[in-house]
Order: sequence, then structure tokens, then C-alpha cells
Amino acid sequence: MEGLASPAFLAALLAGMVTAAVPLLLAGLGEQISEKAGVLNIGLEGMMLFGAYAGFWTAWQSGSFALGFAAGAAAGVATALVMALLCVRLALDQIVVGIGLTLAGEGATALLHHFQLSRSYPRLEAVATWPVPGLADLPVLGRAFFDRSPLVYLAVLLPFAILLVFRRLQFGLNLQAAGDRPAALDAAGVSVTATRTAAVLLTGGLAGLGGAYLSTVGAGLFVPFMTNGAGFIAIVLAMLARGRPLNVLWGALLFGLCLALTTAVQVAGLAVPTDVVQMLPFAAVLVVLVLFGRRAGLPAALGRPYRRGEE
Amino acid sequence: MGSRALAAFGLRFLLPVLAALVVGGLLLLAFGADPIGYYATVVERGLLSPIGLQASVTRSAPLLLIAAGLIVAFRAGLWNLGADGQFLLAAVFVAAVAPPLAGRVPHWLMLPAAFAVGAAVAALWSLVPALLKALEGVNEIVSTLMASFLGVSLANVLIKLPFNDPTTTVPQTATLAVDQRLARFPGTTVHWGVLLGLVAVIAVHLLLERTAFGLRLRVLGENPRAARHVGLPVRRLTVAAFALSAGLIGLAGAVEVLGVQGSLRADWNPAYGLLVVPLVFLARLNGWATIATVLFFAVLMIGGESAARRTGVPTYYLLVQVALMLLAFAAVRAVEARRGRG
Repeated sequence: MEGLASPAFLAALLAGMVTAAVPLLLAGLGEQISEKAGVLNIGLEGMMLFGAYAGFWTAWQSGSFALGFAAGAAAGVATALVMALLCVRLALDQIVVGIGLTLAGEGATALLHHFQLSRSYPRLEAVATWPVPGLADLPVLGRAFFDRSPLVYLAVLLPFAILLVFRRLQFGLNLQAAGDRPAALDAAGVSVTATRTAAVLLTGGLAGLGGAYLSTVGAGLFVPFMTNGAGFIAIVLAMLARGRPLNVLWGALLFGLCLALTTAVQVAGLAVPTDVVQMLPFAAVLVVLVLFGRRAGLPAALGRPYRRGEE
Repeated sequence: MGSRALAAFGLRFLLPVLAALVVGGLLLLAFGADPIGYYATVVERGLLSPIGLQASVTRSAPLLLIAAGLIVAFRAGLWNLGADGQFLLAAVFVAAVAPPLAGRVPHWLMLPAAFAVGAAVAALWSLVPALLKALEGVNEIVSTLMASFLGVSLANVLIKLPFNDPTTTVPQTATLAVDQRLARFPGTTVHWGVLLGLVAVIAVHLLLERTAFGLRLRVLGENPRAARHVGLPVRRLTVAAFALSAGLIGLAGAVEVLGVQGSLRADWNPAYGLLVVPLVFLARLNGWATIATVLFFAVLMIGGESAARRTGVPTYYLLVQVALMLLAFAAVRAVEARRGRG
């Protein structure tokens, strides 16, 4: 057994942290965009699963990870389209529809897996990385942060880009108004429906992309229910981030570390049952909720459908 | 039933169910399975064969108790989505307590004690989300879900370590002797836990419709601001509603162990929780209608498990089915709301 402080163990742990953090980061940022616009998306888990399946299947069939990511994002957008239609246009209950989409994602992808993959159990090769010259060879940190697939670099830059959108672009301000004072946005001549629809579709795309990363790069295969609550953890991240994209990044890394510990402890051969270690991320979320839950700042109109003339 | 009531029943219940069955059937067709054959097997094995029908009625026992628990929470405006963890932890503690008790105390005392353990464990497990909601205003959807994932893993740890039966090779709890389990109706495989489930759903319905406590819960659910304004003890009501909801779900865990399983194996998780959510919504949180939707779904479940072996359509299809029912239900309600505003 290797020592827990050995460089090899730390390097593997940090690499695992980033791998586990990327889906949480992408889905969490997506949820944040929806919540900012006033739509609580409980269907995130289902969108991630659809993205995971579509991403894996496409990458397996085409041999291209890029196509896999695109298909994952597209599947997420397609699922979000249902949510946008039912919750934004038809003003149905967001939580009921969200639960429905999560159940649909779980059931449909498990069925697809049964009919299409369960005879051959295909696996993907490891994804090609783009090592950053000079930094990729750093001890411990190099493999985790500077020798990754391009999507990882993009995912880490994304919170900064979204911050810019929230702060500087008209679209960002519209999102905020759609969540805080939809009537005011409407009065200013901007369509609340269109703004919220755009937000929901962006959420679906990011959640689907996160799911595709999880299956293609994280696992290299698709397993039914493989998100195992990652979508719900991402919802918590978005709630605790109080509208700030960078907080989602830090939170995703923190929970990514918890998830990575569950594998690292087993690899290190510690005599702890898997189930004990699997409790870690969810226990961590509950502890964080106990400590900081009060400060979860949510938009005033979150969860409420907007109908002109009703307040 | 008058013609208007009949039309309302058709719109509210039959339409979403039929839509789900048809869309689901088209999906099966797309997968290359035979939907007609599948549904025929489901009906034959879940409803028409005597063994299947008895299995369906037996299966409805835990589902009815979970439904009763969900109705309490949803009527009080609390999204208790942590039923799986509450159910499983209760089941594990009941499985640990019942066999040793059975040898020491009489049967009539062991059963209520075991039920009490199940209800208490689940109620305690809901305390963290309940207090977070009552004191800090933390959204209970995420806290109950997180507690649920945590509870499922904890249940496995308990089965593998402290409650493990050392005499078996697979990790499982000690087995409750068959003569110590819930009695069955003469000549059937149906145990009386089904009656408990029916009583629970009806009692919850009457509690909500006919008592002052029920009225307070409904006010809390429909307008929390108004509840605070008229001086209702919102925090205490929140915790009480959670405890009652989880306690009923804990009884479901107890009934499954005492009536059917007898012992629990590691990694057993039927995940009934989210499956029952669509059923209570389809019934509009009405107790009487819930009995109908639960019995209907129990037939789909038992028939589906049988059909999985015979037709090769895995039981995951049930998830798709309830998801479609829920989405169709939401759409029907939107149509109604539109008409109502007219």
C-alpha cells in the first residue's frame, strides 16, 4: 500500500478531482443560468443522463470525442426543449415537470443501454490530451491541471465567460430581471418567455455536455443511473453560489475532491467499505447546507411561472 | 357518477394514463419490442392470474404507505423527495430489531414494536431537512434528496457491518422466521399490511380534510405567508409534517420487511420513492383516488416484472411509463387551468 501523502497518490487524487468536478461545474453553471432567470430546474439529473448516453453512443460510433460532446449537448438541449415548452410557455409546475424529466432520463437511458449496449459492453479509449508546454510536466499538479482534454480547459474558463455575460451584456441583465422582477422586464419590452426559454436551453446544453464528459472521458463507458445524484449536487452548488459563477467553480472542485476520494481511497487499498466512502459527497453537501444554507440567495420569482398581468 | 364527473375523471386520470401507455408503446416499437405482447403479458400476469393479482395487492402495501406519507408532505407544501432513504433505513432497522425480538417477546408485542422502530427511524432521518427548512429556510428538495442518497449508502453499511448475519455468506441481516411475519389472509399470499396501507391513506385523507391540524397543514401548503400572518406555528408545523410524512414512509419499510422480505440483503433498493410521486399527483393528492392509482401501478409493476422475464423488456420501462404519466398529467392540468381562466 502506498502512503496517502505520496506524490503518486496526490497526483491521482487531484487528477480525479478535476475529472469529477467538470460535469458538476458544467451542470452547476447551467442550473445557475436557469435559476438566475427564475426557473428551478429539477430535471438536471435527467438532462445529464440523456447527454451521457447520447455523448457516449456518438463517440463510440464515430470514434470522435468532439462529436460525442456535441451530441451530449444536443441531447441536453432537446430535453430542455420539453421543459421550456411545459414550464415557460405553458407555465406548468417546474418541480413536477423536473421530476418527470429526471425519471424519463433514468428510465429511457437505462432502456437504451439494455437494447443497444448490454450485449457488447463497449468501452472508449482514453481521450487525447492537449498538454500545456512547460506546465504539463510539473510534479503532482501537471497531470491534474495541465495535461487534459480541451473541454476541461474550456470548462474552467466558462465561469469567467459567464461572469462577463452576467455583468456586461444586455442578455445577462435580462436574465437577472427575468428572475427578480419579470413584470419589469416585460414592461421594458423584453419577452420574459424568450429570455427564460434561452436560459433553460442553455442549461440543458451545459448539463448534457457535463453528462457526455462523465460518460466519455470520466468513465469511458455508459452505465444506467451513472450520474448517481451528480445532477442534484449541481443544483445545490448553484443554490449556494448565490448567482456567482466563480463560486460554482470552487464548489465543483470541492465536491469533485469528495468524489475523487471515494475512488482514491479504494485504489489506495484502505480497508473502508465502499458504501462508507460513497456517503462522503452527500454528507459534505448536507454539512455545507447546515453551515451556509441560510445564505443561499435565490431570485425572488424562482419557481414561479410568469403570466402577464398576474403578480 | 354523473356525466360531468365521468368526463372529469376521464380527462384527469384516463387521458394521462392512456397517453403514457400509447407513447410508451411507440417507444417499445422503436426499440424493436412488441408493445401489444408486452401489455398483454402485463395484464395477464399482474391482474388476471390469481397469483399475479395477489402479488399486485401485496405490492400495493408499501406503495400505499409511501403515498400517504407523500400526501401529507405535499399538502403542507413540503417537497419530501427523500422517501428512498427514509424507507430503506427504516427497513434496515426493522430487519435488525425484529428477529431478536421475535424470540423474546410475544408476537402481538413484537409487531407494534417493529413498526414503531421503522416509523421512528424514518422520522428521525427527516429531522435534518425538516429543521433546515424550518429554521434556515433551506430548500427541502435538495436537502431531502441528499439525505436520501446518504441514507441508501448508510443502510448498506449497516447491513454489511453491525447488522450483518455472520451465519450467511452474502451480506444480509438475520432472517425473521416465517411464522413471525405478518399474517396472511386465509388461502392467499396477501398479508394484512395491505389493510394498514389502506387505513393510512384514508386516515391521512380524513386528517387533512376534517381536522384542525389538517387545515393548518393545508394553509401552510397553499400560502406560507398567510400561515405566518394568522399566527400559525410555521416552524413546528413544518417539522411535524415532515415527521408524519417520513414516519408513514418508515412504516412502508417495516411492512416490506415484516410482510415480504423477512431479511434485507445489501444493495437491495427498490427505489419506490420517486415512482410514487407521479401516482399521488395523478390522484390530485386525494386519498381515495390515490388508492386507485396505486393499485393500478402495482399491477403494472408486478406484470412488468413478469413481462421482463418473458418478453425481454426490462423493468426500467416502468420509469419511462411513470415519467410519461407525470408529464401528461401536468399538460392536462395546464389545459384545465386555461379553461378555468377562460
